[in-house]
Amino acid sequence: MSDARPVTDPFTDPLQQHRAAMMGMYVFLGSEIMLFGGLFCVAAAVRLAHAPEIVHASRALHFGIGGLNTAILLTSSLFVALGVESANGGRAKITSRWLVGAAALGLAFLMMKAYEYRMEFTEGLLPIEGVHSRYADDVQHLFMNLYLIATGLHAVHLSIGILLLIALSFRLAFGSIKLPERAIVLVTAGLYWHLVDVIWVFLYPVFYLAR
Amino acid sequence: MNFIPLWPPGASAYSHQIDLLVIAFTVLIVALSAPVFILLLVFIVKYRRGKEADRRHAPDRNIPLELSWTIIPFVALLGFYIWSTDLFARLYHPPADAMQIDVVAKQWMWKFQHPEGQAEINELHVPSGQPVKLTMASQDVIHSLFIPALRIKQDVVPGRYTSSWFVADKTGTYRIACSQYCGSNHSEMTGSFVVMNPADYAKWLSLSSNEVNLAAEGAALFRSRGCSGCHDPGASVRAPSLAGIYGNPVPLQSGEIVIADDQYIRDSILLPQSKVVAGYQPIMPTFQNVLSEEDVMKLVAYVKSLKQAGVTQ
Amino acid sequence: MTDVADPKLEEANVGRVGSTETVAQRVSYLRAGHSLKSWLLTTDHKRIGVLYTLSITFFFFIGAAAAALIRLDLLTPAGDLMTNEGYNRAFTVHGVVMVWFFLIPSIPNTFGNFLIPLMIGAKDLAFPKLNLLSWYIYMLAGLFTVFVLIAGGVDTGWTFYTPLSTMYANGNVILAASAVFIVGFSSILTGLNFIVTVHTLRCPGMTWGRLPLFVWSIYATSLILVLATPVLAITLVLISLERLFGLGIFNPAIGGDPLLFQHLFWFYSHPAVYIMVLPALGVVSELVAAGAHKPIFGYQFVAGSSIAIAALGFFVWGHHMFVSGQSLYASAAFSFLSIAVAIPSGVKVYNWTATLFKGHISLDPPFLFAMTFIGLFVFGGLTGLMLAMLAIDVHVHDTYFVIAHFHYIMVGGTISAFFGALHYWWPKIVGRMYSLAWGRVTAIFFFIGFNLTFFPQFLLGYLGMPRRYHVYPPEFQVLNVISTGGAAVLGVAYVMPLIYLIYSMCYGKPAPNDPWNATGLEWTTPSPPPKHNFEALPVVDRPPYDYEIEMRDEHV
Repeated sequence: MSDARPVTDPFTDPLQQHRAAMMGMYVFLGSEIMLFGGLFCVAAAVRLAHAPEIVHASRALHFGIGGLNTAILLTSSLFVALGVESANGGRAKITSRWLVGAAALGLAFLMMKAYEYRMEFTEGLLPIEGVHSRYADDVQHLFMNLYLIATGLHAVHLSIGILLLIALSFRLAFGSIKLPERAIVLVTAGLYWHLVDVIWVFLYPVFYLAR
Repeated sequence: MNFIPLWPPGASAYSHQIDLLVIAFTVLIVALSAPVFILLLVFIVKYRRGKEADRRHAPDRNIPLELSWTIIPFVALLGFYIWSTDLFARLYHPPADAMQIDVVAKQWMWKFQHPEGQAEINELHVPSGQPVKLTMASQDVIHSLFIPALRIKQDVVPGRYTSSWFVADKTGTYRIACSQYCGSNHSEMTGSFVVMNPADYAKWLSLSSNEVNLAAEGAALFRSRGCSGCHDPGASVRAPSLAGIYGNPVPLQSGEIVIADDQYIRDSILLPQSKVVAGYQPIMPTFQNVLSEEDVMKLVAYVKSLKQAGVTQ
Repeated sequence: MTDVADPKLEEANVGRVGSTETVAQRVSYLRAGHSLKSWLLTTDHKRIGVLYTLSITFFFFIGAAAAALIRLDLLTPAGDLMTNEGYNRAFTVHGVVMVWFFLIPSIPNTFGNFLIPLMIGAKDLAFPKLNLLSWYIYMLAGLFTVFVLIAGGVDTGWTFYTPLSTMYANGNVILAASAVFIVGFSSILTGLNFIVTVHTLRCPGMTWGRLPLFVWSIYATSLILVLATPVLAITLVLISLERLFGLGIFNPAIGGDPLLFQHLFWFYSHPAVYIMVLPALGVVSELVAAGAHKPIFGYQFVAGSSIAIAALGFFVWGHHMFVSGQSLYASAAFSFLSIAVAIPSGVKVYNWTATLFKGHISLDPPFLFAMTFIGLFVFGGLTGLMLAMLAIDVHVHDTYFVIAHFHYIMVGGTISAFFGALHYWWPKIVGRMYSLAWGRVTAIFFFIGFNLTFFPQFLLGYLGMPRRYHVYPPEFQVLNVISTGGAAVLGVAYVMPLIYLIYSMCYGKPAPNDPWNATGLEWTTPSPPPKHNFEALPVVDRPPYDYEIEMRDEHV
């Protein structure tokens, strides 16, 4: 196959540059895993220290909404994967549509999350300072603190992902990204999106399904 | 009088053992490093650039040498590891007959509570030759009780009890310091540690202000704060009996069985939802904002004093 | 833009691989563009290395000013110079600035940036724009920190222990935590860049087994930068959220555990100290080989020891918590692992010593700094082993003994190596030679001043003087006065290089390609190197530190 991929300094051949881009993204994702890893360790420590209260607190969460959100995010990852596939095939407009679809699903996730937070607020479970809360015990307060931090941090990462996908889909629609030569851009962005999805896949059982 | 003190006084047999370990380790440090320093100097002089010397067959690798200078120091260190860990482990096993002194740390002072009711601020008097166990709580941030003459130190962490123990042999007055940075006046959170021979200690106890003993104060709190309203045998609300529970197993709602120690009693008062006794409703209110750490220690002393067959006062 | 290489010039260079002066003057990286914009928007790793060097020097002097205030105040047992609160802010600023704005970037971001592409035969790092972004993130965080200082500082100590930092401290905790959070991204991106560069941009023939040991040590450091720093990030987020919104994780009143903070914090901060020392160890390998004109003894063991230190370093964090209330078994395990992590460092020192055997040793400043490194680092490392012994640590934990130990490593070690690197690669970076005599004087002042400052602190610690103490018992005064006197000598040693090195930039003799007759691809380029490093990418077919030929030609 004739390699029409451009080579920029300091690289000397396209394969080398491709390897570097992939490795760079994987290393970055490794650092993100360590970031959330810290949170998961906190969750594990809290669970070990107060097992029965944590189980009780976990039951108070709406696992149906959480489950729906999981499905939404998994589907969005499918869209991104399909978008990467069409990027490799050089079809810019179709790729753009897949990305828009994935971003829309991401937004749907965020809206569901906001709705869920609102429900928890009316139930007196959301740990907002100054607001009267109705916890069964102190450990539920601790659990809800951690839940809010973890899902909040995830939502921040998801929002960045949504903006990234929207920006890329615009550039694709206007032809600023040459495909399939620059498909690597989509591949690496897709990897980021998949990681955000995978993190949720772990967050969901840790918080919603602690039994 | 020391112009420049170079070594702290040692007030216990344990302190001398630590000093011995340190001196022996220093010998090891010298043994591991002196050859390096000597050889460096020798080589720098002998193999100076431009100087005549036999440089034929200069080696650049030697696996047996690498292995030996990896393994031999490691094995030597392991010996010290065992020695040191053994000494350290002793700090975790106080003798059963140790005299218990309760310690409350708060910004920026130490309060020591003797079992006979004696309370001291920033001063701790103990009899020599008697094992003493310190049970410590913090009212606010993490502090650390450091008695250099005993070579012991233990962080005092809010939310739990930590403990340490010692036997002081040498009478005298020594320093106490807080050694975990705890805010503005951390460096002023110091005090005196006074070791007296048993006769003098007994005299000191009887002479200083004679407060009621700890357990009796706890009994008073038990009534005034309403604990007896639920926990007394004739109470209308169903609550677990506290007679004789100290040191014995307690079955919990979760299926776990825990031993009722100081930490358990403290948690039951301050975090009552966390370890509910099996077969009881989780209706006990928390006394988190009502009782200080000192008050809780008095209640713990009271519960400890309750014997089986329901002897409550 | 004026710093784009002129293709005609490049063409003219091909085929003239041996020529030096005129080529250098036309395309040296220093002369490829004189505008401020060409410096502030550069993607040239060498310029970015220079930018970092200037920045870390600035922050070093802020941290040093705090240290000066501390040592002045400690001249007397009563706190005469500052109030308690002021003193607490001084040592916090000293720790925060020195750790994150000086030590961690000190060698990787300056010499690492400058040298890695040169040493592996590449034109630049894998992601040059990311490299520039790293510097801007560092500067943003640094300015944040200056702002925190002006706003009154923070008084939690650089370790931010809870619940002091989350519930009781009065200073600007969240601002300080944010500054550190931001600089963490600079670390992560730098590490990422180095890892990808070493994997993908080695020139033909530059196998892993031929890499200079400095590259091995920067690679190992980069693994830590990427994997450990995010844990610090999440920890800072947690304490900030607790302070800002009351979302407490470490609050015992709701069942949280203050010790959990310590585990999270030290999980990063222990590997962080290896970030500070591994590059220094790599520098010393280079200086010893060059000073002795001999291959490093046991190359594979020295290279492997860097990776071993990085890996083992992740498993020893609990040795900061022996008296914290953690379980006996956890402490025993961490003590054992802490002994294990010291062994690879010992292996390096023994290999350096063996390197000198039958060498051709020249006492130039770089080599002298390598010797001060070995002298001070060995002592620091062995006292670290003493701290790893549980029963001993109970007595000396949180005393001046610990302070002495880590300053022996970080100042006696890392700063020695930083000075050594500066005196070794200065001719390459700036293109001028400096006064070797003054370099030697600096090394001697440094060694003497350092020992006077910090050796008494071992004694103070064993005597029972806790750290972070503003006032202290009068019997400790003499040792404190000696320590402060030593700090003054040390201060002179810090300022001297500024004078003669800057002087050399204007009046020094132009440096040849290879002033030390050392091996390494960086010495095959002109001094200073052209913007794109090599006229043609090198092809390597020789082992590293291949001093045989040199030895044959010069010394027989």
